[in-house]
Amino acid sequence: MDLCDLSAFELRNLLGKKEVSAREIAASVFKRIDEKEPLIHAFITVTRDRALEQADLADKKIKEGGDIPPLTGIPVAVKDVLCTEGVRTTCASRILEDYVPPYNATVVNRLLRDGAILIGKTNMDEFAMGSSTENSAFGLTRNPADPDRVPGGSSGGSAAAVAAGETVAAIGTDTGGSIRQPASFCGIVGMKPTYGRVSRYGLIAYASSLDQAGPLCRSVEDCALLLNTICGHDQKDTTSLDAPKPDYLQSLNQDLEGIRIGLPKEYFIEGIDPAIREKIMQAVSRMEQHGASVIEVSLPHTRYAISTYYLIATAEASSNLARYDGVKYGFRPSDSIKDIISMYHSTRSRGFGREVKRRIMLGTYVLSAGYYDAYYLKAQKARTLIRDDFREAFEQVDCLMSPVSPCVPFKLGEKAGDPLQMYLVDIYTVSANLAGVPAVSINCGEVESLPVGLQITGRPFDEAMLIRVAHAYQRISGSDA
Amino acid sequence: MEFDTIICFEVHAELSTKTKLFCNCAVDYEAPPNHQICPVCTGQPGSLPVLNEKALEYCIRAGLALNCSISPHARFARKNYFYPDLPKGYQISQYEEPLCEDGYLEISGLDNRPYPVGIKRIHLEEDAGKLVHDSKSFESADHSFVDYNRAGIPLIEIVSDHTRNPVRSLQEARTYLEKMRQTLRYIGVSDCIMEKGQFRCDVNISLRPKESLQFGNRTEIKNMASFRFVLEALEYEIDRQSEILKSGGEISQETRLFDEAKRITLPMRSKEDAPDYRYFPDPDLVELEISRSSVGQIRQAMPELPDQRVDRLIEVYDISKNDAAILTKDHQVAEYFESCVPYCHSSRKLCAWIAKDLFRLLNEKAIPMEQCPVNPPDFGRLVDLMDSGEITEGIGRMILEEMFETGKSPEAIIEEKDLRPIQEGGILEDLIEDVIAQNPDSVQKISQGSPEPVNFLIGQVMRKTKGKANPKKVKEIIQEKLRPAANTL
Repeated sequence: MDLCDLSAFELRNLLGKKEVSAREIAASVFKRIDEKEPLIHAFITVTRDRALEQADLADKKIKEGGDIPPLTGIPVAVKDVLCTEGVRTTCASRILEDYVPPYNATVVNRLLRDGAILIGKTNMDEFAMGSSTENSAFGLTRNPADPDRVPGGSSGGSAAAVAAGETVAAIGTDTGGSIRQPASFCGIVGMKPTYGRVSRYGLIAYASSLDQAGPLCRSVEDCALLLNTICGHDQKDTTSLDAPKPDYLQSLNQDLEGIRIGLPKEYFIEGIDPAIREKIMQAVSRMEQHGASVIEVSLPHTRYAISTYYLIATAEASSNLARYDGVKYGFRPSDSIKDIISMYHSTRSRGFGREVKRRIMLGTYVLSAGYYDAYYLKAQKARTLIRDDFREAFEQVDCLMSPVSPCVPFKLGEKAGDPLQMYLVDIYTVSANLAGVPAVSINCGEVESLPVGLQITGRPFDEAMLIRVAHAYQRISGSDA
Repeated sequence: MEFDTIICFEVHAELSTKTKLFCNCAVDYEAPPNHQICPVCTGQPGSLPVLNEKALEYCIRAGLALNCSISPHARFARKNYFYPDLPKGYQISQYEEPLCEDGYLEISGLDNRPYPVGIKRIHLEEDAGKLVHDSKSFESADHSFVDYNRAGIPLIEIVSDHTRNPVRSLQEARTYLEKMRQTLRYIGVSDCIMEKGQFRCDVNISLRPKESLQFGNRTEIKNMASFRFVLEALEYEIDRQSEILKSGGEISQETRLFDEAKRITLPMRSKEDAPDYRYFPDPDLVELEISRSSVGQIRQAMPELPDQRVDRLIEVYDISKNDAAILTKDHQVAEYFESCVPYCHSSRKLCAWIAKDLFRLLNEKAIPMEQCPVNPPDFGRLVDLMDSGEITEGIGRMILEEMFETGKSPEAIIEEKDLRPIQEGGILEDLIEDVIAQNPDSVQKISQGSPEPVNFLIGQVMRKTKGKANPKKVKEIIQEKLRPAANTL
């Protein structure tokens, strides 16, 4: 076991006792990157020099003593959808291949403020559109658990990097499951906080009303640690909640006594791999043994979730991605420009990948005159019903449990040719985005030696409950194993 | 065949807030290109808008001034289209629920009767950047530059209503635009300087046979950079449409461009080619509640409107309606007038001197009223000196020019140039006796009952005093002195 395999919590402890230096931790991470990257390809950009400089500064700070920010010396990788000043930010798209943002995303600023060492920018599905990280203009990422399989997506690079020890923790973004599903596929912890809990400023938008950044890490403790850093109001994002955030570390090491777990019946009927179902039920009954009660609940509009999601997400995407026009920044072909229209045409046809173009076209259609009411408006109404489903369920229970994905990590290329099959992979995750509620994915065992994730969903802004339950489960399963 | 003309305006006014609508960049028309920009107003990936609440307040103020009802929420929508001056590929605007609806602007209509032109809606939106071409037009340019200083400047769009008292003539069109600009300037929400693009408009126009209740097909005219061009375009379009209708043709519903060089309108795109803007609510901006009490506060703090000022000036200063209209056309002039009033006994004289001599000097130097080098107390006292006969109007005019040049007070100039009035004391009497002695012919004629030579004698005296005597006084003294001569006959 190398330093890069330890959790942020353990490393913090060692750094505090001055048993290791931030430089040593960073060096260990980069050694692992050198070993694994050729196979895994979790990163689009590795910021080695900057990171080592930052690590030296962290060591200096620790040596000087005094107030040491909570993530000092901890390596964190950031999905290439979050803007980093002076470090190119591509969204895994050719259209932003050379784009260097003039500013940091608020999440990045908060990580830096709290002393984190930025390791690099991780691979993803182009503009976060996908569930396998196969849609990247910079090549696919492999799952460290089985390199012939996908790491999930769209935050596949972040999940794979954490799982492979190429970083200690990472930030991803989740629009329809893009943190939770790769966390599940790579056997780590990943949380999508409540919409509005984490600032979206500097998060390159895919679907503005659904996007939310969150942590991917090896333990629930690390998840709490990272939440403490990235959550909180930001004046630059008017959709961020202006309310104090709790200290999530306070939710660790609590029991499950009196916790009411809801099992949405609609999530356990069709299309689910029985072996995965079995794993989830095992996890739930262990928690039941430790004091939780289990109730069946209903989310009756679940069957509309996928279509609702793909209408709203693509509609917003078609508008959000209009700014990539070759005028101000990013890719613009130097040849074949006769006039402004041909410049738009060739910039966008050559700059975007297939899946992105598919979703732009879908979304443009959804918003078009004559179709708006039938698609966009109807989807908004369905979204309200889905949100109401959750509200009602949470009147009976404290959290919901379900699988993250109906299947284990699939083989590279297996679903790449069939967009509909790929869209259905999101079936258990999109609802949380539509309802705006927080959800965490945590490993609950293996099926055919491949990781299986348990999804715990909570009330709006009750991430603390998710940390409490997930951490309790992590301890139970650790001691039972 | 005779036609009714129906004209509707879409007026765009840039608000005079300190910062842009969704970021903290300054609204600055003098800055070098791309010097007032940031990640938000250049549409950098990941940036987000934050509403400038001052702009919201200004829009509501305009709505109240134009008698609109104010929406209880502020909701923004995205208007999607591609153009290089539009950094995000969409404009943040308002669609289904504008901030202000169903108001009117009262103008003086046909026969000078009050005519409340219906206002359909006022909404708040962001301006686009500005394209700079290396040739005259976008199409013929080899390459173009984009200046994003203007991108994100708050704009209100004021749409008049074609169903409620639409503008019916060129005269009303001019009055409507002038009154609109005057009102927006009065309430301090926009400087409305057309040359700076702060006040722009598109026009919809349709004709229908007199007595008909059906609306005819309309054309929209864009690209008019001045009031004069708006009126020229309208005039051209009224002629064009009525020719077509008279010859039994049909007007095609289309958008036309005004060609400044040729002074004609040309087709730009037909109704079928009208863009689909795919409006939808902007998910980046949360809906804001607009409380009745905040609207009440804006109403309370509303500056005086032009019509209110006209009424007050007439009532308080006893001036004619015409004078009041002249003074209130630009609220800076009205301000100036009212600041002079305490220093002068005659508001009418004051008004006349502002309207004639002060305007002339300002015009010659192209100085706006607010930068007038003559301060109001000085100007008021100058007019008062003339009104009381202390100095003649000729001397007064001379002093005013000097004041305008130097900013000195009238008293200082009188002192300096020895323009102190020559009073009836010994000096004036002696002068008059000299003149009488030197002009026996005139005295002769006067004594024979002819009054004209009196004026000649007055002129002689005024010349000798270099205008410093009060001609009324001079006349009195001459008449006094010659009375015995006249009476002897």
